[in-house]
Amino acid sequence: MRNAYLSALYDLAKKDSRILALISDNGTIVYDKYRADLADQFLNCGISEANMISVAAGLASCGKIPFTYTITNFLIYRAYEQIRNDACLQKMNVKFVGIGCGFAYSNLGPTHHATEDIALMRVLPNMTILSPCDPWEARKLTVAAAEIDGPVFLRLATGGTPKIYDEGYGFKVGQGVTILDGEDVTIIATGGIVFEVLKAVEELKKKGISARVINLHTIKPIDKEIILKAAQETRTILIVEEHSIVGGLGSAVSEILQEEGKVLIRFKRMGLNNAFPQGYGSHDDMKEMNGLSKGHICQAVETLLKEKEDVFNTSHT
Amino acid sequence: MDIKELEQKAVELRKMIFKTICNGGGGHCPASFSIVEILVVLYFKILNIDPRNPKDPERDRFVLSKGHAGVALYSALARKGFIEEKHMSTYGKKGTILGGHPDMHKIPGVEASTGALGHGFPFAIGMALAAKMDKKDYRVFALLGDGECQEGSVWEAALFAPQHKLDNFTAIIDYNKYQAMDRLETIIGLEPFADKWRAFGWAVKEVEGNNIEELLSVFESLPVEKGKPSLILAHTIKGKGVSYMIDEPIWHYRMPNAEELKVACNELGLEVKEGVVQ
Repeated sequence: MRNAYLSALYDLAKKDSRILALISDNGTIVYDKYRADLADQFLNCGISEANMISVAAGLASCGKIPFTYTITNFLIYRAYEQIRNDACLQKMNVKFVGIGCGFAYSNLGPTHHATEDIALMRVLPNMTILSPCDPWEARKLTVAAAEIDGPVFLRLATGGTPKIYDEGYGFKVGQGVTILDGEDVTIIATGGIVFEVLKAVEELKKKGISARVINLHTIKPIDKEIILKAAQETRTILIVEEHSIVGGLGSAVSEILQEEGKVLIRFKRMGLNNAFPQGYGSHDDMKEMNGLSKGHICQAVETLLKEKEDVFNTSHT
Repeated sequence: MDIKELEQKAVELRKMIFKTICNGGGGHCPASFSIVEILVVLYFKILNIDPRNPKDPERDRFVLSKGHAGVALYSALARKGFIEEKHMSTYGKKGTILGGHPDMHKIPGVEASTGALGHGFPFAIGMALAAKMDKKDYRVFALLGDGECQEGSVWEAALFAPQHKLDNFTAIIDYNKYQAMDRLETIIGLEPFADKWRAFGWAVKEVEGNNIEELLSVFESLPVEKGKPSLILAHTIKGKGVSYMIDEPIWHYRMPNAEELKVACNELGLEVKEGVVQ
C-alpha cells in the first residue's frame, strides 16, 4: 500500500511541479527514487511534525500541493492544532498521508499505533478522509487526493498489504463499493482490515451464511445510500475497523442509520473497545489479540444473526 | 513619506486602535499599541503591496503571528486602503468581518488566519520557501509576540528557516517583555534572547521597536545577512500611548471604566462622549 502510494505520488509529481513530498524524517529507502529524481520537490522537514504542517500550509497558500507524510500518530496527534487551524480552517490544499494506521506497526507498540485517527480527522470541517483497502485503491486514492482542492487525510497501512483488486473497478470518491453481495448480513469495513473480513466471509459461506461486504474507501464524505440500502436489504450490519469503536467508521455509519434509517436493524461495531492496542507480534497476531481476526468476525456475525432472529421474532409477536 | 509623516501615521493608528477596541467591546489594547510603529514602517514604506490587487502573486507577504493584535493590523489595512475605514466601527459586532483575531477569508490583505500562537511564523516560512522554489522576488515578514516564543513550534520553525537559507524572510519579535499575566522573566524568561536566535542561525538586529527612524534603517537594509533569515528583535513598550497601561499586565485584556477612558482619550488626543470614543 505504501509503495503504491509512493509510485502514484512520483508519477503525479513528475507531471506537476506544484506537487511536493514533505516528510518528517521517515522514508528511508522508500523515498530514494523520488528524492533522487525529484529533489526540488522533496523536503525532509526533520522530526518536527507541527512545523511541517504549518510550513505545508504556507506553501499551499502560494499554490503548492504538499503531501505531508509520516507515521500517522505523529502526523495527527502531534500536529492536530496545525491541521485544524492552518489547513482546515484556512482551506489550504495540504494532504496528510498517515502510514501505519491501525496497528500495522504491530510490534512497535501503542506509541506507534493510530487507532483514534478517523475520529479526530472526521470532526474537522473541510477535511476529506480516504482509506484504501489495498495497493490498487491506494494508487487511485492518491491521484484522487491530488485532484481535490483542499485538505485530505489519506489513511494508509504500511508495506505488504495483500491485493484485493486485480483489475480495479469504476472508482469514485465518496462512493462505497460492494465487494461481495449477500443477504443475511452486511459487513462494512475500511482499510487493510477489509482483507480480514473477506477471509471471514469465506468461512461464513461454508456455514451457509450469505454476507454482503461493503468497502468504504471514503469515510468523509460518507456514502449514505449504500449504507441505507444495506440496512433495508439485510437488516443486520456489522462494522469492522482497525480503530477505536468510539468516533470511527462505526460511529459515522450509526449516525446515518439513526437519523435516516427507516427499518429496525441489528447493528454492531467491532474495533478496539475504548482501549489501546494490546500486545506485540505480527500484524495477524495483533488482530488475534485485539479481537479483530477472521474468527472474531465470524463469531460476531453469528451472534448478530442469532440476535436478529430473537429481535424480529419478538417484534412480530 | 518622511519620518515625520510616518510618526503622524503612528499617532493616527493608535487612536484608531483604541477607538475600535473600546467601541467594539474588547480587545488587546497594549499588545496592539506596542507594534504600531512596526506596522507603520512595514505598511507605508517597506511592503510591496497594492490594495487594488491584494492577491497579486508577486506581492510581499506579512503575517501577524501574534493574531491577538488584530485590531492594529486592521487599522493599518484600513489606512492603507485594503478595507474601507467604515468597517472599523463594526469591529466585534454581529455581521462584521473584523473579529478578535484576523480571518484571511474575510479581510482583504490578511495573509493568514492567526490567533493560536506559534502558527503564523512557520506558515509564513512556508510562503518564503515557496518564493525560493519558484525563484520569485517577493519577501515575507512575520511578526511574533515575545510570549509566543514560549511555544515549541516557534523553535521548530527557528531551526527550519536557516536550514533553507531563507534570506527573503524576516521575523520581527515584539519584545515588550510582558505576556498575559506578568513579565516574561518571572514566568518563562527568554534571555539571552538575541543569542538564542543567533545560535539557531539567524542574522539578528536589535532595535528600539517604537522608533520609526531606527526601524526604517533596519528594514531598508534587509536581509541583515545574505543567506540567512533575518530576525529583528524589536524592544517595544507594551501599552505605549496610554500611560496607565504600561507596566501593568492586567491591561492585557481589559476595558477602561468611564474615568480611565477619559484619561486614555486625553493622552491619545481623542474625545469621548457618553462613553463612546469619537
